[in-house]
Amino acid sequence: MQRIKETLTHWLQSGQVDRVLGWKEGDMPGLREPAFFENAEELKSLCYDAFCGPNLSKFLIAAGEKDGVTAVVLKPCDSYSLNELIRENRVQRDRVKILAVPCEGNIDPRVFENRGVLSVSIEGDQLHLTTLYGEENEPLARCFLERCTVCRGGRHAVYDELLCPEAEETPQKGDRFEAVRELEEKSEEERYAFWQETFSRCIRCNACRNACPACNCRECVFDGAALDSRQKAAAVPFEESLFHIVRAYHVTGRCTDCGECSRVCPSHIPLHLLNRKMILDINTLYGPYQAGDSDKGRSPLTDYTPDDCEPNQGKGA
Amino acid sequence: MPKIGVFVCHCGSNIAGTVDVEKVAAAARTIPGVVVACDYRYMCSEAGQETITKAIREYGLDGVVVCSCSPRMHEATFRRAAEREGLNPYMVEIANIREQCSWIHKNREEATEKAIVLMRAAVAKVKRDTPLTAGRSGVTRRALVIGGGIAGLSTALDVANAGYEVDIVEKEPTIGGKMAQLDKTFPTLDCSACILTPKMVEAAQNENINLYTYSEVEKVSGYVGNFTVTIRKKARFVREDRCTGCGACMEKCPSRKAKNEFNCGLNTRSAIYIPFAQAIPNVAVIDAQHCLKLQTGKCGVCEKVCAAGAIDYTQQDELIQREYGAIVAATGFQPIRPYQFGEYGYGRYPDVITSLELERLMNAAGPTDGELRCPSDGRKPKNIVFIQCVGSRGQTCRDKSYCSKICCMYTAKHAMLIRDHWPDMDVHVFYIDVRTPGKNFDEFYRRAAEEYQVDYRKGQVGKIYEEDGHLMVQGSDLLEDRQVLMPADLVVLAVAVEPSPDARKLATMLTASMDNNDFFTEAHPKLRPVESPTAGIFLSGMCQGPKDIPETVSQAGAAAAKVIGLLSKKELTANPCTAHPEEVRCNGCGECEKVCPYGAISYEEKELRVMGRREKRRVAVVNTALCQGCGACTVACPSGVMDLQGFSNRQILAEVDAICR
Repeated sequence: MQRIKETLTHWLQSGQVDRVLGWKEGDMPGLREPAFFENAEELKSLCYDAFCGPNLSKFLIAAGEKDGVTAVVLKPCDSYSLNELIRENRVQRDRVKILAVPCEGNIDPRVFENRGVLSVSIEGDQLHLTTLYGEENEPLARCFLERCTVCRGGRHAVYDELLCPEAEETPQKGDRFEAVRELEEKSEEERYAFWQETFSRCIRCNACRNACPACNCRECVFDGAALDSRQKAAAVPFEESLFHIVRAYHVTGRCTDCGECSRVCPSHIPLHLLNRKMILDINTLYGPYQAGDSDKGRSPLTDYTPDDCEPNQGKGA
Repeated sequence: MPKIGVFVCHCGSNIAGTVDVEKVAAAARTIPGVVVACDYRYMCSEAGQETITKAIREYGLDGVVVCSCSPRMHEATFRRAAEREGLNPYMVEIANIREQCSWIHKNREEATEKAIVLMRAAVAKVKRDTPLTAGRSGVTRRALVIGGGIAGLSTALDVANAGYEVDIVEKEPTIGGKMAQLDKTFPTLDCSACILTPKMVEAAQNENINLYTYSEVEKVSGYVGNFTVTIRKKARFVREDRCTGCGACMEKCPSRKAKNEFNCGLNTRSAIYIPFAQAIPNVAVIDAQHCLKLQTGKCGVCEKVCAAGAIDYTQQDELIQREYGAIVAATGFQPIRPYQFGEYGYGRYPDVITSLELERLMNAAGPTDGELRCPSDGRKPKNIVFIQCVGSRGQTCRDKSYCSKICCMYTAKHAMLIRDHWPDMDVHVFYIDVRTPGKNFDEFYRRAAEEYQVDYRKGQVGKIYEEDGHLMVQGSDLLEDRQVLMPADLVVLAVAVEPSPDARKLATMLTASMDNNDFFTEAHPKLRPVESPTAGIFLSGMCQGPKDIPETVSQAGAAAAKVIGLLSKKELTANPCTAHPEEVRCNGCGECEKVCPYGAISYEEKELRVMGRREKRRVAVVNTALCQGCGACTVACPSGVMDLQGFSNRQILAEVDAICR
């Protein structure tokens, strides 16, 4: 933490960067929120710990509209999102300076949701909660976000300065496609029922869309008048499903599986499952592909090679 | 509200036989905006078109929907009719209720319902049509022929003789193709080389023809009239301008183990070689894989013996970029290697060979100097068995489903030639059917069977095995209804032909379509047999389907006529249905540029007015001269910013809505 602040202060004071994008304490215990810091004084409130869930990459699009260089603190998985944004020309590489920080997993705020918490802290292998009803402990291992339980490792896809040892290729934790495969096994009717039930919880707050780094159209098709697709009140019960399916298609090949959609959903909809289904299909049909691995090149869906699978060779065709 | 007219065609009974056309017209009248709807026996007839033009005049129509056959058939007819009456031709939409409805349905009620839905979608689309104006584009007066076999050479010569420049790209070191490997040709038995080589020489000497041998097409961009092609001229390691073709290098080359492709691998050749005596260009080529100098750095004999100083081990592949107005695919075929037919033992028994291998064994320039010998031990065969339809006309995954067309005739030729040269040899032919349509073809086959006493047996061979050093052929004779077992010294498999394996890669580059067997597809199987559905791409020879030499040459000439027709035009009408980005919503992500097959999209930093502010942004720009309106960018754009004139996203969604209503 100390080194993060020192480095960023140095960058600011030496004029290498004009502002810093990081996290500060949020309004509620155990929550952190993205924040811009313009000087050393403001930087004092920067924090970095296991509660810093938000992926900061997307804020760099807005930062790019200001002059100068923005420094950003990136966890390994967030760096893929930024790299993808650079590939899509949404962020100029020379306008950002990236401080790569290590990550040991983010705490899922749902663990202490609705429990009247006054403060949260990590004590050894326990998550310690002070609540209106007294002191409580949760085993830390059970408190991480889903995405961290299937963490793909500590490597940063892009950075300027590394504040952790260059991560060796740490093996993928768990099988991130397990739940997708389980769903695939189900019958069409069961799957439809599952998603209809799940999406019926959607309140169309657009948190997923706003948090998603790949969802960065200047004007969303669901907001714009250009295509008669502007959505107001749902006219049929399929509209929530439609929104999420269309969104999943729009980010296919560009989704890095950062898991922000599921993290921010107030209705606890496992949105990452849709994206992972698309990733799994891409991997199966076109070979393993990780969006954001490179800031150049083409995603399998906007590339063509003569070895590409034929339309009728796909699974389930 | 625009005023729309709907015109439903009976197409005789083609549509009216399955679709209640009056009901379709009646349904159209209920749609808001449709001011006139009627049906007529033949809309494409003079009187039918008059119905449309009269309605445009009387009702002051803004848009026309014709419910008829595929737009590929008569869209142009109806557009011209509308234009005559002063209506923009792009305000005409076709609802295809024939190919997509009446022809594929039997139930009248269902077909009528579907025709109404298709009509409704077209009305929804035409309401959102905007008048478009077609631009013009020029034509590069040069043709590219891909493949230098008899098909490519014939097309090239015909085009060149009409006064246009032609480039031939041939992947082998010499032109000539498969025909150069043949011994005699049916049904006249003239020597293949004797009729082919004059054509090769003629092509080489024609000042309008430019040969790129040992070259391959690497990249194709552009569109009809204006293709840009990158050709990879592979390194020969021999300078074409110096080599005299004297052959001294071939004699001295110490590496002599490479299989001789020209003789189907039946003998070997040196690493530096000229494929055959009449090769054009008569220039040696070094097979880098077998060249000791290129593999190990030690040797250099050919360089020492070459009096012309033509050897250049440092030669690199060369990339050549050229412009063309038309491209002809003449990539030809290859016989299959029948390894998958274990029952025949090809590859296991050296004396089981393919017909092309037999051609080489009978050819005076072949590995046996034209003396028919068994490959195993060089003895003179006594009993020869031919097996027809190996890999053709089958229903399993090992087989091609099609008839390879040429095998019946060449087997009759082989049988006849063998009986003629070596009357002491016995020839048996196992066949499913003997198919010999064609001028003087059946007479030819009958001569083999009757005059030369070739033993034709209707039936297939089930097994070939070795017994006491002899091949035994076990087959069935369906006419005598019994199993037969006969010894054979030589077994010849009349194997199926298949398109050249490079054809698919080429089709992709040309955006030309192919069928399931990788034969190029014609624009229309009957009416446009030598054109690909992709404008400016033409088809010559076997790449389109199995053909014999006379047919190949006729088709090559037909392709040439089409090429000449195109190259003789001063300018072409460009397609006005091009893509356009809505700049203020474009985020410059680059996905559209990546999927554009025509290189029509680029990016510019543009100053835009956004919500009253001036902002500099990177946005997509479409070069409408290059855009072919394929629509790939419109679906690739994540923000739905790219739109296609005449097929706008809004129009397509309106069609979907109309269908789903």
